[in-house]
Amino acid sequence: MATVWGGFLRLGSLLSLSCLALSVLLLVQLSDAAKNFEDVRCKCICPPYKDNSGHIYNKNISQKDCDCLHVVDPMPVRGPDVEAYCLRCECKYEERSSVTIKVTIIIYLSILGLLLLYMVYLTLVEPILKRRLFGHSQLIQSDDDVGDHQPFANAHDVLARSRSRANVLNKVEYAQQRWKLQVQEQRKSVFDRHVVLS
Amino acid sequence: MESEQLFHRGYYRNSYNSITSASSDEELLDGAGVIMDFQTSEDDNLLDGDTAVGTHYTMTNGGSINSSTHLLDLLDEPIPGVGTYDDFHTIDWVREKCKDRERHRRINSKKKESAWEMTKSLYDAWSGWLVVTLTGLASGALAGLIDIAADWMTDLKEGICLSALWYNHEQCCWGSNETTFEERDKCPQWKTWAELIIGQAEGPGSYIMNYIMYIFWALGFAFLAVSLVKVFAPYACGSGIPEIKTILSGFIIRGYLGKWTLMIKTITLVLAVASGLSLGKEGPLVHVACCCGNIFSYLFPKYSTNEAKKREVLSAASAAGVSVAFGAPIGGVLFSLEEVSYYFPLKTLWRSFFAALVAAFVLRSINPFGNSRLVLFYVEYHTPWYLFELFPFILLGVFGGLWGAFFIRANIAWCRRRKSTRFGKYPVLEVIVVAAITAVIAFPNPYTRLNTSELIKELFTDCGPLESSSLCDYRNDMNASKIVDDIPDRPAGLGVYSAIWQLCLALIFKIIMTVFTFGIKVPSGLFIPSMAIGAIAGRIVGIAVEQLAYYHHDWFIFKEWCEVGADCITPGLYAMVGAAACLGGVTRMTVSLVVIVFELTGGLEYIVPLMAAVMTSKWVGDAFGREGIYEAHIRLNGYPFLDAKEEFTHTTLAADVMRPRRNDPPLAVLTQDNMTVDDIENMINETSYNGFPVIMSKESQRLVGFALRRDLTIAIESARKKQEGIVGSSRVCFAQHTPSLPAESPRPLKLRSILDMSPFTVTDHTPMEIVVDIFRKLGLRQCLVTHNGIVLGIITKKNILEHLEQVKQHVEPLAPPWHYNKKRYPPSYGPDGKPRPRFNNVQLNPIDEREETEEEVHLLNSTTL
Repeated sequence: MATVWGGFLRLGSLLSLSCLALSVLLLVQLSDAAKNFEDVRCKCICPPYKDNSGHIYNKNISQKDCDCLHVVDPMPVRGPDVEAYCLRCECKYEERSSVTIKVTIIIYLSILGLLLLYMVYLTLVEPILKRRLFGHSQLIQSDDDVGDHQPFANAHDVLARSRSRANVLNKVEYAQQRWKLQVQEQRKSVFDRHVVLS
Repeated sequence: MESEQLFHRGYYRNSYNSITSASSDEELLDGAGVIMDFQTSEDDNLLDGDTAVGTHYTMTNGGSINSSTHLLDLLDEPIPGVGTYDDFHTIDWVREKCKDRERHRRINSKKKESAWEMTKSLYDAWSGWLVVTLTGLASGALAGLIDIAADWMTDLKEGICLSALWYNHEQCCWGSNETTFEERDKCPQWKTWAELIIGQAEGPGSYIMNYIMYIFWALGFAFLAVSLVKVFAPYACGSGIPEIKTILSGFIIRGYLGKWTLMIKTITLVLAVASGLSLGKEGPLVHVACCCGNIFSYLFPKYSTNEAKKREVLSAASAAGVSVAFGAPIGGVLFSLEEVSYYFPLKTLWRSFFAALVAAFVLRSINPFGNSRLVLFYVEYHTPWYLFELFPFILLGVFGGLWGAFFIRANIAWCRRRKSTRFGKYPVLEVIVVAAITAVIAFPNPYTRLNTSELIKELFTDCGPLESSSLCDYRNDMNASKIVDDIPDRPAGLGVYSAIWQLCLALIFKIIMTVFTFGIKVPSGLFIPSMAIGAIAGRIVGIAVEQLAYYHHDWFIFKEWCEVGADCITPGLYAMVGAAACLGGVTRMTVSLVVIVFELTGGLEYIVPLMAAVMTSKWVGDAFGREGIYEAHIRLNGYPFLDAKEEFTHTTLAADVMRPRRNDPPLAVLTQDNMTVDDIENMINETSYNGFPVIMSKESQRLVGFALRRDLTIAIESARKKQEGIVGSSRVCFAQHTPSLPAESPRPLKLRSILDMSPFTVTDHTPMEIVVDIFRKLGLRQCLVTHNGIVLGIITKKNILEHLEQVKQHVEPLAPPWHYNKKRYPPSYGPDGKPRPRFNNVQLNPIDEREETEEEVHLLNSTTL
């Protein structure tokens, strides 16, 4: 029990550290990105006026210069009309962080990819490997099990077997099997028995 | 006569003890003393044990010095595992709070000893704030990740940014100067799938290609989401708020707030939102934040070892979740207070406030929407509203209430079908089918093809000259030389009429799809689709009122304030009010909802319209059924949730509810010193009860304490392993002093440390109203029912819930007969089926002589256990 507890703690702290690292990373990148010239824009939307149709102007410009006179470069109207035209335009200063977006998307996609790979391994590859390793007899034994056609169906057996040995690799395997059992239990209560979350 | 008097005194004192646990020690000692007097009048030789009962009353209720030292002794050698709970069990708040007080006292008393202990105590004191800070940081960062990734993936259905693959549509066209006023979101860098695959940007061929790709991606995302949920974390599906409500009220669902749930929920939430299903990410974000709270609380022993303290962190975490989901920090705190939390002291309020602040700050600095705001739909109009407009607002409120009632009925019926029939066996297929139908129908209509939040944003915005969407296609007179802000009401153009048709179709589509979507096995929130439905309805009403005002200036209602050329109706405001009303109808929130909506939109001027609409929708919804969607789902799943909002107005007594029933086998009890290990193990194996009252002896039947099944099993198991000389025939001793045993008998097993010596007791004549109140306010798990200090039975939370359900079914459908109208209470039935005598609803019933003796006989029979 105590070791499990310790494991929990370690895992928890690991996860929290990675979470923190991620947020710190994002924050740092954000401050970097503010200097990035590409990442600011002043966007002016000018509605139709007299003969001119509506137009959208974009410019990389600092916040204090973000107004119609600076951004609307080839001014479509002349002389006295400029003021009237510019009064109708709305200019907004916007900034973003392209690095944050890039990093986030890459992190997201890599986690998704890893999960998909692991899923494919668990559902397709592992059953085949298990069949090769343990032969056909075991599969027949566990046929009456409810979760037979689902991944991790033989977690019980492996758990019972791996409890006796104790080196690092087996500990990892033990933890994995324990997790598999938990997921199997959850799956039963959600999808088969419908006791929670229906 | 004398005994009756004594009984009354005892009754009074006893119930007083159990209800007002916060009163001073002296009074409580006094109270216990009275009971003792009364008890010892029967048999004197048990005086020893009785004093023990007396001191323990004071120990847990007030905390006198000698008893705390006594408990310290016990804590020095705890058996690992004792005091924890099984999966799907209810925690005992009182016990957990006592445990925390003891721990706190221990740390405080050690504080002076050394600098190290001092640091430890400081760390302990700060850990509450630390854990909510970490939770806020993590949930803010995760919300940013979800926002950015969901935006990108949603746009992936349309096309891709060739110059930088990680940009969504808007970011892709960030610096483009080639956008035009009308087609403002087209730019050469952004390629639709048709352009990439068949090389055409226009024409029927490209439309079909885009259609096919849209369906392909939607199906792909939905399939990935549901299979990830199914393989890695089944608990990650659904909205999560009903379960979090139940967990916060003291239920244990192991793994529901774990690491895998967190990871899978975060990842699949993005997929689910991107697949275009009619769902939102707000509810699941609350779950994500609660997972963060739970995981971080493992770092601090103060929270990891105490379930009640952990729930304080979770309350704060749910506030942080709403704070980032809507960008409404104050609304988040109020949401936690009004909707999800069960136990919410001021300390938790401040922590929630802080967590919401931290989370909102992190999200703001990530700036996921690129508009330097926390939310996507921020309105910038500040046009005033007029008194007459309250009428359409209230109509919208009625619509919201009707929608809420309909949605709850229909969704619960559908979910019940899923729960009880074979149809629930195919979760993956269901998700695929729903996603396919959604995608096929959604694509042709531009308002449903849009991401739901984008749709709400468009509906909320007011039509200025800067807008180019068809919703703003009014007939303009170009020569008006006014400046931007004050556009007068204008006649609607063709674009507006076609937009209204499309919006009507979108409304019907959303209403139907949301009913079938909420509850499928992917992370799915309800806020955004509900708001979208309300916003669509509101916008339609708004445009109708606007046109009415334009064409009929001379009606007396418009005459005063809506002259020709004035801007008097803002359709966007109607959309906002409609969104709030529909959300209110579904969730039945009031204060927090109004605060969330005005934080969301920044429309401080519109609090009164929002309040009017939300209140109306709550009234209308309550007329059709009192519970909101979350309570309805809690009831559907049968979670043990004792709702604090419901009133209990029924005159049953504790004796009517307690177990065992009249014809049941007698209560399983343990005696304090003459049972063997084998006896106890047999009892544990034969019964399925979660706890056993411990009594003095079979003869006296008086209560000593309460032992939990789990604790007993663990303690006996560990004793058999670790202590020598414990065999099946060893005596188990719960008393302070071991009885003198014959010399050749094996060593006795002392289990006093696992005995709860302050179980809550009520007498059999306590009205259920009070019992239910005790359960709600103190968060009890079980309560013993005594009569003259003799254990009669037990009431658990489950019994109370069953009783409430029973009362509801028996009383509510029938209109009360006319002669009850005066007294308002239907009669309660005694154990023999006859109505109990009732005195002004106070229920201090005199003891019916016959009944009492009957119970005594019954009890004596029951001793042959």
